[in-house]
Amino acid sequence: MADIAVHAPDTGDHGHDDHGGHDDHGAHHTSTGLSNNKMAMWMFLGSECLLFGGLISTYMLYRGRHSENLGPDQIYDIPFTSVSSFVLLMSSLTMVLAVSAAAQDDDRNTNLWLTVTALLGATFVGGQVYEFTSFYQEGLGFTTSLFSSSFYTLTGFHGVHVTVGVIMLLATVGMVRRNRIPGQKSEVVELVGLYWHFVDIVWIIIFTLVYLIPS
Amino acid sequence: MSTTTEHVEHAAAEAHGHHDEHSSHKPTSYYVNVALILAALTALETSTYWIDFGPFFMPALLIMMAIKFVMVVSLFMHLKFDNKIFSWLFYSGLVLAVLVYCAFLACFQFFSS
Repeated sequence: MADIAVHAPDTGDHGHDDHGGHDDHGAHHTSTGLSNNKMAMWMFLGSECLLFGGLISTYMLYRGRHSENLGPDQIYDIPFTSVSSFVLLMSSLTMVLAVSAAAQDDDRNTNLWLTVTALLGATFVGGQVYEFTSFYQEGLGFTTSLFSSSFYTLTGFHGVHVTVGVIMLLATVGMVRRNRIPGQKSEVVELVGLYWHFVDIVWIIIFTLVYLIPS
Repeated sequence: MSTTTEHVEHAAAEAHGHHDEHSSHKPTSYYVNVALILAALTALETSTYWIDFGPFFMPALLIMMAIKFVMVVSLFMHLKFDNKIFSWLFYSGLVLAVLVYCAFLACFQFFSS
């Protein structure tokens, strides 16, 4: 049993050694035995479901409130949006490959896949900017109708989430390259990955409910 | 004694559902196969724009959406292999969102004149 005592983390404060301290191996000593960061991220994603649930249901409520020639059936470009969806879906693949590489301490492949993911995300955002611009040129402004307001708010919020994700990815690439990630590198990449996959699953729902199901 | 230590650490990890992180990470081919299935489902979804699925149109779209959602959450986000507490945290938020907004939409349906 003496060995066990030797391997126990020396936090210097024995009264609080089970509240988020790290031992030499980077393992977490929390009351649950799980990473607090990861738990916080899952809780955050659970709360994000409520945000997007609200935006999606508002859109569902108002999607029929538009003028004759500026409704979903006239304005959506399904082939274009399908390609955008495919790009975002493939970014989830590259993200999981980055997480996998980080778990194996493979910095080179971690950076490679994170960069590819960021590029695919930026492509998706670029496609959304193009889509918004073309809709606006066709006469669909933010305040044109209840449909347009709810559509721009929903897809705009998602676009902002993707943009934040791209910034997080690029920041992670920079930090991995300079070896400036505090704590476990693989966990940081995994947390960014969880956020990224979440924006992907939100788009899976938006693509079906907003674009493919006619009003 | 070191064997005892390893045994205790392993038992503690098992008790917390804290399995070796590397065990949840699959080979690249596994993720590529999952992505191919997701791409095929997306192609099938998109095909409903051109092909008339009749009465199966709406159920087919919703089922494919649900399959894609669960696949990404379970396999790409590793929720299937991770501790159940994470599943509870995420799915409770999701279920709460669905229930609240079903009630919200139902209210508009009932009280609109």
